[in-house]
Amino acid sequence: MKILIVGGGMGGTILANNLARRLQGEVKAGKARITMLSASDRHMYQPGLLYVAVGSMAPDELYRDQRSLLEPCINFHVDPVTEFMLDANQVKTQSGRVFDYDVLVIATGSRMAPETIPGLAENAETFYTEETAVKMLKTLREFKGGKVVITVGVPHKCPMAPLEITFMLNDYFKDRGIRDKVQLHYTYPIGRVHSLENVAKWAAPEFERLGITYETFFNMKEVDGATKTLKSEEGSEVKYDLLIAIPAHRGQEVVEKSGLGQNGWIPTNRTSLNMEGRNNVFVLGDTTNIPISKAGSTAHFEAETLGDNIAALVKLGIPVREYDGKVFCFIEAGKDRATYAMFDYNTPPDPKAPSKALHWFKLAYNKLYWTSARGLL
Amino acid sequence: MTEKRVIDARGSFCPGPLMELIAGLKMMQVGEEAEVLSTDKGSANDIPEWVKKVGHAHIGTNEESGVWHVTVRKMK
Ligand SMILES: Cc1cc2nc3c(=O)[nH]c(=O)nc-3n(C[C@H](O)[C@H](O)[C@H](O)COP(=O)(O)OP(=O)(O)OC[C@H]3O[C@@H](n4cnc5c(N)ncnc54)[C@H](O)[C@@H]3O)c2cc1C
Repeated sequence: MKILIVGGGMGGTILANNLARRLQGEVKAGKARITMLSASDRHMYQPGLLYVAVGSMAPDELYRDQRSLLEPCINFHVDPVTEFMLDANQVKTQSGRVFDYDVLVIATGSRMAPETIPGLAENAETFYTEETAVKMLKTLREFKGGKVVITVGVPHKCPMAPLEITFMLNDYFKDRGIRDKVQLHYTYPIGRVHSLENVAKWAAPEFERLGITYETFFNMKEVDGATKTLKSEEGSEVKYDLLIAIPAHRGQEVVEKSGLGQNGWIPTNRTSLNMEGRNNVFVLGDTTNIPISKAGSTAHFEAETLGDNIAALVKLGIPVREYDGKVFCFIEAGKDRATYAMFDYNTPPDPKAPSKALHWFKLAYNKLYWTSARGLL
Repeated sequence: MTEKRVIDARGSFCPGPLMELIAGLKMMQVGEEAEVLSTDKGSANDIPEWVKKVGHAHIGTNEESGVWHVTVRKMK
């Protein structure tokens, strides 16, 4: 059986390693073959970008060589897919090659799309790529005081990032001794400060305690760089001296171009993780249209389910379990305290008060991630 | 009449039904309708409140066996 995994990020890498271990015998006997196609020879630990933006991690700490993370029996090619030809069970790649498969897994992730809001790319700092996180750090270093507006687009990956960057900026300006010269103002698309009700209940009083103002029901419409004004779909306006944005995201262009899903989101069955209408295509991580958080932990838990199921398809001809919607997210509540939220399709989260211990655990996870990607944790 | 787009946000705690609707509307044409399915009772209030604020139309809400169906028309 030819298993083709497209995307060598968090979900694809965990799944490939998981399958390589489970199907060791089958791969040796030539009965199974695992191939991964990705767009880069490096693997980035994306949550680290948050720390790069405030100068507490260097960009080179975020990367490992992708090949070094993979089990040796995985055929790895840096050759991005340029077309999915699902009716023919094939994909075409940038180098012009065509890869056949029996089972296809799409794990191509998502990317911010600031260009969808007029004026945003030119006027806002973002931290969702290495280049923009470094640029934001340089801007922060130069910033002497004024109104900092943090604004959030929908959908975006990492639901905790808006709160985390706000709390981290509060500490960043405090450490620089200019917190009294900075007004921090947070905007959020729905009627509370976070999508998770219990997290919002904890974060709103925390904002008030720290002197962070906020406005809810605020969806970015456009940015006027000349007057430094951010306008919302709801009709309000907010002035800024420094604008920090988490722009709305999209899936990869190739997904949309091949007709797999509008804006790059692939219609996916929430429990089997099959692409709707395709028995031999599975989807994993940010690029699904499943209504849960676009987060590394989602990709991780989905990869574990798919690892069990694809191995079982090879060995038994049937899948063995369902994905239950499990997500686990750390929430940094400043530079030295953190909490977490865990939930699934049926169980809401119940975050506890932030503690130093959880912050240290998150810092440890920043290193442990590589063990997790190798499929060992 | 175009077909209604179904946004199945049952069991969605994060990002939640309203965020799913906001994302869904970005992929729709003006005049098109979306039906949001939600197991969160709060959506029956949240969604109409936001829709009114932003200038879309709330067509109706009904509940069937613990699932709220909220229909919205994109107006701009
Ligand atoms: C600033 C920031 C902070 C975050 N913090 C957290 C956090 O604290 N906790 C958490 O759980 N998550 C966090 N996340 C989110 C997390 O990183 C993503 O949700 C996760 O990486 C998604 O995994 P994925 O496998 O779907 O996609 P990715 O990990 O993004 O991988 C996509 C892969 O697809 C490849 N690819 C792209 N196009 C093609 C193509 N055409 N052909 C082949 N391959 C292709 C890419 O090279 C990449 O290898 C954060 C993200 C950011 C940006």
